[in-house]
This record gives sequence, structure tokens and C-alpha cells, in this order.
Amino acid sequence: MAQMTMIDAIRDAMRVELARDPNVLVFGEDVGHVGGVFRATEGLQKEFGEQRVFDTPLAESAIGGLAVGLGIQGFRPIAEIQFVGFIYEALDQMFIQAARMRYRSGGRYNAPIVFRTPFGGGVKAAELHTDSLEGLAIQTPGIKVIVPSNPYDAKGLLISAIRDNDPVFFMEHLNLYRAFRAEVPEGEYTVPIGKANIVREGKDITIIAYGLMVHTAMKAAEELEKNGVSAEVIDLRTLLPLDIDTIVASIQKTNRAIVVQEAQKTSGAAAEIIAQINEKAILHLEAPVLRCAGPDTVYPFAQIEDAWLPTAARIVKTANQVLQF
Amino acid sequence: MSQVSTESPVKNTGALSHEVKSEDIAPLQVLSPEGEIVNLERMPKLSDDQLKEIMYRMVFTRTWDDRAVNLGRQGRLGFYAPVSGQEATMVGSEYALTKEDFVCPGYRDMPQLVWHGLPLYQAFLYSRGHQHGGQIPEGVNVLMPQIIIGAQILHATGIGMGFKLKGEKRVAITYTGDGGSSEGDFYEGLNFAGAFKLPVIYFVQNNGYAITTPYAKQTGAQSIAHKALAAGIRGLQVDGMDVLAVISAVQEAAEIGRNGGGATLIEGLTYRFRPHSMADDATKYRSKEEEQEWSLRDPLVRFGKFLEKKGLWTEEDTARVKEEAKAAVNEHIKKAEQTEKMTVAGLIDSMFEQTPPHLEEQKADFQ
Repeated sequence: MAQMTMIDAIRDAMRVELARDPNVLVFGEDVGHVGGVFRATEGLQKEFGEQRVFDTPLAESAIGGLAVGLGIQGFRPIAEIQFVGFIYEALDQMFIQAARMRYRSGGRYNAPIVFRTPFGGGVKAAELHTDSLEGLAIQTPGIKVIVPSNPYDAKGLLISAIRDNDPVFFMEHLNLYRAFRAEVPEGEYTVPIGKANIVREGKDITIIAYGLMVHTAMKAAEELEKNGVSAEVIDLRTLLPLDIDTIVASIQKTNRAIVVQEAQKTSGAAAEIIAQINEKAILHLEAPVLRCAGPDTVYPFAQIEDAWLPTAARIVKTANQVLQF
Repeated sequence: MSQVSTESPVKNTGALSHEVKSEDIAPLQVLSPEGEIVNLERMPKLSDDQLKEIMYRMVFTRTWDDRAVNLGRQGRLGFYAPVSGQEATMVGSEYALTKEDFVCPGYRDMPQLVWHGLPLYQAFLYSRGHQHGGQIPEGVNVLMPQIIIGAQILHATGIGMGFKLKGEKRVAITYTGDGGSSEGDFYEGLNFAGAFKLPVIYFVQNNGYAITTPYAKQTGAQSIAHKALAAGIRGLQVDGMDVLAVISAVQEAAEIGRNGGGATLIEGLTYRFRPHSMADDATKYRSKEEEQEWSLRDPLVRFGKFLEKKGLWTEEDTARVKEEAKAAVNEHIKKAEQTEKMTVAGLIDSMFEQTPPHLEEQKADFQ
């Protein structure tokens, strides 16, 4: 097994699938010759040629629409939207045209597309590079939403996404791209879409997180351990479909939970998770499920983003509110 | 000149200048309003049977439109966008293609879909809000009507790229209106087609109004065809009431596209004789004089005159086709009405290839 960063693992997933399936295409702004602003596709054009890995003109809606048209012709496009804030330019193509293709055609056509985009805060990037827009996506019928937290999952989930016959919004936390290396198997393997992962077992409280916040939650769990609190941490990996069974099973054991997200507090993934916990596990709860999230403001400029984002200390504080209820 | 020059506008001015300039264009015409051939060079090579078939389709489409408006009033159709007046651009452009070519329509372009192979009852089902309306049969190369103005322009661009990547000698054609040519997706699609040299035909049916907004308020460009210049693709303007001019332009564009010559933007100057939709009142924004003036350019009349002079068509033929069309509409609307209703459970199962657990659970509430 090789030691890979998450960006290496993402690149490796695309390489494996480009080699395995001639219908897989990779395109977007700057992804061809140079290999993307984060080098996620570095070397792929050289290996697979300009017909399969190519730069597009700078227009996100057209990148999305191109993917929809190519999907109808039997290709499996991996379309990169350079930064998460730029998806607003492509929302119709992603969230309407791709997401509704199967429904609108009664199953005659589908949109086997992966829309990859970097997102996530803490890197002092320019405005609209780091927002967490998964909430928009999970409210959109017809598109799956994946947020990996580590190199192994990123590769296995991306391969699953490329092979999926429905559109997938694949959100890559840019603060995780080169954060650490981990063992990643060579060649092909998949991590199933819609299955969460218990990354730390515990018995007193469940901390539900995804993306970078899984790691922040792990730090918080270590802090809680010092005070004798045993926290279970769930890495959701997929936000839609949501693995509510794993969450419910954990709460049946711990009877307490919090949800952590970088996104603004209101109406996001955390709100939906709590609603589903309410539907399926309320009698197992000893306290309300609380959210640790960003405030309901626009994502801040770089100066204050570290203060805005959830930290291990804030997660501990939220957990203690639930533990002491 | 009917074609917008794709030469550098700097060269066109004669003297070197930093200012972009372009020339006025006149629409391509093959038939005069009296049905005389005025441009023999651009007369498409069509047999007598083919000429009669084109007239058949235009009369059929006009009759179908008349009947559909009535069916709408009776509540037997839902959303319906009338097509009368636009038969030359709709029937002609589709006729110029092969069944292997791919049609990406706007919402008004039902005739192209039906003549390309979509069964008429499915067109009615689409109007009635039934999913089977969009369930395109295998082998029929069309997309469903598009509601978001311009979104289909990008799909045609992607489909054209697919043909090019697979080395297939096919073209994609997409339709929008004068309003649609103001959308960002229009410019993005044309620009991509220019950059990748894609086999796509962008057909703008300029009927003078985007619902109520007149063409004069839509753009400051000399013509919509001129917009091809900025994208580096061919641009043409055709008389959209002249079915032979439309066929000539589309045949040529398809030929160029199939042989690696890239995309063409065609602006067809036309008019919808009826309102935008069944809920629209065109008298609020169009004058009687204007409507009268355009009715004199009726594409069926012009082409009919041409065929009558050739001894290929008579009033009896028109009457016969009308009866055939009425019978077909009756048969297909009945079939549409007898089609089993959609279910919410069926809708849920059409969201994903495999219905995920949360939707399975929600489905239980509807069974």
C-alpha cells in the first residue's frame, strides 16, 4: 500500500477509472495541461490524452451542461468546478438539468456525472472559495452528496461516484488535500455511497461530523476523554443518502448527540440530521441534540475565519451542554 | 450576403482599425412570397415526393396546432405553446437532418420532436403533465422539451462533443428564440462550440417576441446571427417563412458540421400567429397591422403557391391532409387520455437508479 495525501488519492481514483472505462472523461477549468489549481488532475492529460482530460473555456454553466450532454451520449464525465462558490454559476445544470434527467425522461436518460469541487474553510482563501454549500445540494432531489474526510475514503468514494449512474456532488475539503498521508490501496476498490463510518467508539455521547470537522471532532473527543467522557465520533462520508441507521444505533448506545458542521447553523445538514433523529430515536435521548456550526452570516473574510469556524473547544462546549442537560 | 463573415472584422474594414465593425446582412431566401424561386443556387435538391412530404408535414402541423388550441380550451391539454406561423423553421429544419442527428428543443419545439420520431400521443402526455411524455423511445434522438430558456443549448453542445469524440458523422441541433439568445447559456454554448469546433447547429427562431418583450428591446446587436462572430462560428440569417431557405441553410450547416467544419448559428426570421401560450393575450403587445402583415407571409401559403405552380399540390390535397391530421389528433389524444396515470410511488422510483432507503420509507406513505 502506498502512503497518499487526499489529493493523491483523488487523482489516483480518476486514474484508475480513466484506465478502466474509456467513457470516463475529466474536464474543467485548468484541469488539463497543468492539472488543476490544486493539481488534482496532474499528469492525467499526459497519460490519457487531450480527448479524455481537457481544459474548458471559463464558464461553469457550460461545464455543467457539457457534462449533461456527454452523459446522454454514454460518457461518464467528471466535471471539476474550480471552487465551491462557482457552483452558483452552474446550479441550473447541476441541480436541475442533471439531477432531474432521470425523472424528466422517465428513466430513458440519466446523468452519470461527478461534479467535483473543493470547499471548506481555514486556508485564508479569497471570497467564495471556501463556503460549505452542501445544504443546497441535499435539499435538491436527484443528486447524491459525498464529503470524504481522508485519503482512503476519498479514493474509494470517488470510484463509487464515477461508477454511479446518477449525478454526484463530490465535495473535497481543501484543508484536507495535503493535511496528512495515509495508507491507500493501489488499484481499484470502492467505499459504498450512503454508509457512515464510526471513527471512534464511545459510550457517553455521539459526535456526528463530516469532512474536516471529523478531525476537529476527534480532537474534541480526546479533550472530553481527559474529563472522563467517552465520545463516539461518526464520519458521515455521504450526506445524501444519509446513513441514519448508523446514527440511530449509536444514539441507542450513548443517548446523547451533537452534530458538527462548518456551514451556517440554520437549515443545513445538521438540521436535517436532527430532524431524522427526532423521527427515529427520540425515546433514546436524554437531552436535546445540539448543533456546533458557523453562525448565520456569510462566510467571513480570511481575517476572522478561524474564529468563525467550529473548533475543538467549541465542540467540547456544545458536548458539555448536552452532557449536563 | 446571408452569412456573417467570420473573417477578422479588422480586415473587413479595409483599413486597419482597432474598432470592431461588421456588415449588415439580408436573410437567405429561396422562394419569393409569390412562390417563385429567387435563388436557384440555394434551391435544395429535393424530389417531388419530398417536396410534397414537406407540405404534408406543414399542413399537418398547422392542423394539429389548431386542434391543440381547442383541446387546451376544453381542458384536455395542459401547458401548450402554439406553433402556427413557425412551421417553416420547425418542419424545415428537422427535415434537413437525418434521424441519427440529435434534437435538443425549447418548450415550443414539439413539432421537431414528433417529426423526428416522438409519437404524437406522448407529445400530448407531456402537455398533460405525464412523465411518459418525456420517455423518449429507443432510437429516437431527441431530448424532452426544455423549460429553462437556453439550458438545452449546452446539452446540444455536449452531445455534439460526444459525436466528435466518438468520430460519428452526426450533428446536434438546438432551438431557442430571440429571447433565448440573451441568455448566458446561449453565449457559453456558442463559445464552447467555437473553441472545440463542435458539430452543432444553433437555430434561433426569432419570432419577434419573448412572450411580450419585443425584439427591439432584446438586443442592440445588428442581428442575432451576428452573435456568431464573437464565438468564432458561422452565422446565417434566413427567411424563416421560406421552408426551402430553412432546409438549404440547415442542410449546409449539417454537412459542414459532419465534416469537421464546426458549428453554425442560424437565425430564422419568423412569427407566431398565436399568443405565446394559452394564458397569453397577444393583443396587449402586438398591433393588428403587424399581425396582418405577417399573416401575408404565411409559410404554408408561400410554399403552397410554389407547389401548385409545379402541379404538385392542390386545395384538395390540403383538405385531405387536414382530415388526416384531425383523425390522428383524435386518435392520439384518446390514447393519451387512456394512458395509466402516474403514481407518486413511481415518481419516487424515478429519482435514482436504485431508490435509497429514505425514499423507500417515504414511498410507503403513498402505497
